[in-house]
Amino acid sequence: MSTFKLPDVGEGLTEADIVSWKVSVGQSVTVNQVLVEIETAKSLVELPSPYAGTVTVLHAQEGQTLEVGAPLIEVAEAGAGNATPVPATSVPATSAPSTSVPDAAGSGSAAASPPAVESPATSSVPAESTPAESSPGPLVGSGPVADSVKRRPRVRPGQRPGHHGAHAAATPASEPHHHRALAKPPVRKLARELGVDLSQVPPTGARGEVTREDLSAFADRRLHTTGLSAPASQGTQPAAASSGALAAAFGAGSWQAPADSIERVPVKGVRKATAAAMVSSAFTAPHVSLFVDVDATRTMEFVKRLKGSRDFQGVKVTPLLIVAKAVLWAAARTPQINASWVQTEQGAEIQIKSFVNLGIAAATPRGLVVPNVKDAQELSLRELALALEHLGATARDGKTSPADMRDGTVTITNVGALGVDTGTPILNPGEVAIVAFGTVRERPWVVDGQVVPRFVTTVGGSFDHRVVDGDQCARFLADVASILEEPALLLD
Amino acid sequence: METMLAAAPTQAPFIQLLDSDGVRTAHPTWDPWAQSVDQETLRGFYRDMTTARRLDDESTALQRQGELLLWVPLRGQEAAQVGAGRATRPQDYLFPTYREHAVALTRGVRIAEMLRVFRGISHGGWDPRTTGFHHYTMVLAAQTPHAVGYAMGMKRDQKGWDQARIEEEGGAVVAFFGDGSSSEGDVHEAMVFANSTNAPVVFFCQNNQWAISVPFEVQSKVPLVNRAAGYGMPGIRVDGNDVIAVHAVTRWALEHARSGKGPVFIEAVTYRRGAHTTADDPTKYRTQDEEQGWDEKDPLLRVERHLRANGTGQDFFGQIAADADVLAAELRATALAFPTPSLTDAFNSVYAEPHSLVSEELAWYQEYQAGFADRDEEGTQNRAEGTR
Repeated sequence: MSTFKLPDVGEGLTEADIVSWKVSVGQSVTVNQVLVEIETAKSLVELPSPYAGTVTVLHAQEGQTLEVGAPLIEVAEAGAGNATPVPATSVPATSAPSTSVPDAAGSGSAAASPPAVESPATSSVPAESTPAESSPGPLVGSGPVADSVKRRPRVRPGQRPGHHGAHAAATPASEPHHHRALAKPPVRKLARELGVDLSQVPPTGARGEVTREDLSAFADRRLHTTGLSAPASQGTQPAAASSGALAAAFGAGSWQAPADSIERVPVKGVRKATAAAMVSSAFTAPHVSLFVDVDATRTMEFVKRLKGSRDFQGVKVTPLLIVAKAVLWAAARTPQINASWVQTEQGAEIQIKSFVNLGIAAATPRGLVVPNVKDAQELSLRELALALEHLGATARDGKTSPADMRDGTVTITNVGALGVDTGTPILNPGEVAIVAFGTVRERPWVVDGQVVPRFVTTVGGSFDHRVVDGDQCARFLADVASILEEPALLLD
Repeated sequence: METMLAAAPTQAPFIQLLDSDGVRTAHPTWDPWAQSVDQETLRGFYRDMTTARRLDDESTALQRQGELLLWVPLRGQEAAQVGAGRATRPQDYLFPTYREHAVALTRGVRIAEMLRVFRGISHGGWDPRTTGFHHYTMVLAAQTPHAVGYAMGMKRDQKGWDQARIEEEGGAVVAFFGDGSSSEGDVHEAMVFANSTNAPVVFFCQNNQWAISVPFEVQSKVPLVNRAAGYGMPGIRVDGNDVIAVHAVTRWALEHARSGKGPVFIEAVTYRRGAHTTADDPTKYRTQDEEQGWDEKDPLLRVERHLRANGTGQDFFGQIAADADVLAAELRATALAFPTPSLTDAFNSVYAEPHSLVSEELAWYQEYQAGFADRDEEGTQNRAEGTR
């Protein structure tokens, strides 16, 4: 049985996705027959079989991601008679039955005929089932990830001499068998003196090696947690190392976070983009925020009626839909909030838009994205519902395109979905208004002098004070609130 | 002033002796240099090209199977390489880039042995002194100044030789490079030195249209061959997919260089039909239409058409394909049997003779290896795994 492990088909790739299998279990394959198509960070690649025989195991399913060096497929090898490889790609029009032809003589040097071959094994590949005996085997597992775990595997102390060769041959190189930690000899010496097993110490060295600092920090922490118990395998403690450890144990010196107690997450992708946008917005547009509590009972009733109506069958109706419609309605009445502050060569100008590209902030697996519904003011309530549903589904699938996020004019952030009442949102860069829609829940509310339970929510918003003043913000927000209080106003 | 600013010529003559239909076209200037290419010789060229392509495919497969770190396919450039390689004499010396596998084949280097470089276990794997085929240079264009320096040395070695001896034993150098390398400063320096010293060197540029993902038209507004005039040497633009034409112009260029008339620049216009390397995906930067546009210009196809039209039978082609398969199996067997080198060996090839500093470093290394707690059985297996 021969195992073909996922090779690094590029330079320094660490993994690949299985796109499609070209063979199935039980099928017989020849050398160089295409087994599988994989997709790496660089390209789609077809992997040819290194073996001739019968497929016995497919180790991964289509769509699965495999690390370089992981087993891909098992082939029970056929006899050596099958070993002549077939061309990986066809040679044009030269495949007819052959009879012997005298060697074509070249013009100059002697090698017009095939170069002489020194190896006596002319047509058979060496038995590949025992590659470790005669050759080092494939380069599977080279590359950044694999190297760090399989560099310099060692015999553990106490293992009998001579055993190691067999061990190394029998253990696939990529298996994470117990490996020796990397460290410089002086650090090893200190570790021996401290009775520390280096493989237990989290390494921070540039090449994955344990540094002296790593070792000291580990030794200090161990003293912290074990209450100064001396290492079992240790007779005498070197004075220099132990005094530092004692000082740490009794709290002398300043407290330092242990090296591994802080998770470092590189800032990239959506996180990086979000951070840049928020900094740019928060420090460019002076934000003013307003809030209003509103009795949204009629909105909840309206949503319920829409859900039951024939026209909205199969359409997802939520309170957010009414908020969206309310924002569109209010924006038409206070167009200044649907605008941009734009710096031109002649100085700043305010650009008020006659269209509304309504953005909805969405938390997705990739992070915060704000896709928008283009020309939302043109849509009927039903069309708007469909648009919001599509936009949400696309975002959740992580398929929101840059075009979907471009050219927004007003944004709604549905903080209620997170269970909170309100907040002070930061503007989507380039926009003048963002509306925060809080959670809707039953609260005591005074109606006609009576305290009654009503569905209450908080509508809040932040505005670019360069463009709009408090009165315009207040009018806009009050308009949104009034629709939530009485959706029938939308009819006007 | 106006005339001085006139546009540079964007056209250059293009030498072709065998068109893509396999028809041999007459050319008064170059026919004499192609006279030696009879049907038998052409069959030899075809065998070379087919063998190179088959071994190239096998090597790509070995990379996909994890046996090589990298492979650099030559598909599409067989005629340029075989035509040039077969024009050289044994005493000539050739400086390749890293794609000249078919040239290597014409110099008697086994492609199987070359795989050591691509497995990452050796810097070479063949003897440049006996084959006249220098080790591959992975650094773009770096071999071109080396080639000129070598040619300058050859010229000194051959100083005082009479014409008859030069014709008999005289050597010349071929510097191979590509259109991508032509944008590097090294090529410029090499050409300046070659011309100022009249070195016997032929600059053989395979313009395969793509410098990894940068198309040729981005690199140069004029045909590369036009640059030759600026250095004061003859420039020839040849159909790099026409093995007869390449052979003819290279023979002429080598004789020109060998006889003391100075360097020559050849631009062989060809097309890299595969990826730049196995780590490259050409579909990301060029269209299928473009690739298919070169199908009909394939260097093997036109020779096959010509040979068949002139009476070479199917059994010849069948035999060549069968032989190539055998060679592919041998290449695979050779590659799979490569021993893993020991790092200790690296100390042995720093200097030709014993050297105290290297010996000291070797001793240090051995002591370092012995310094680990588990020092027993520190065999080659461990070191090999460390280098993988």
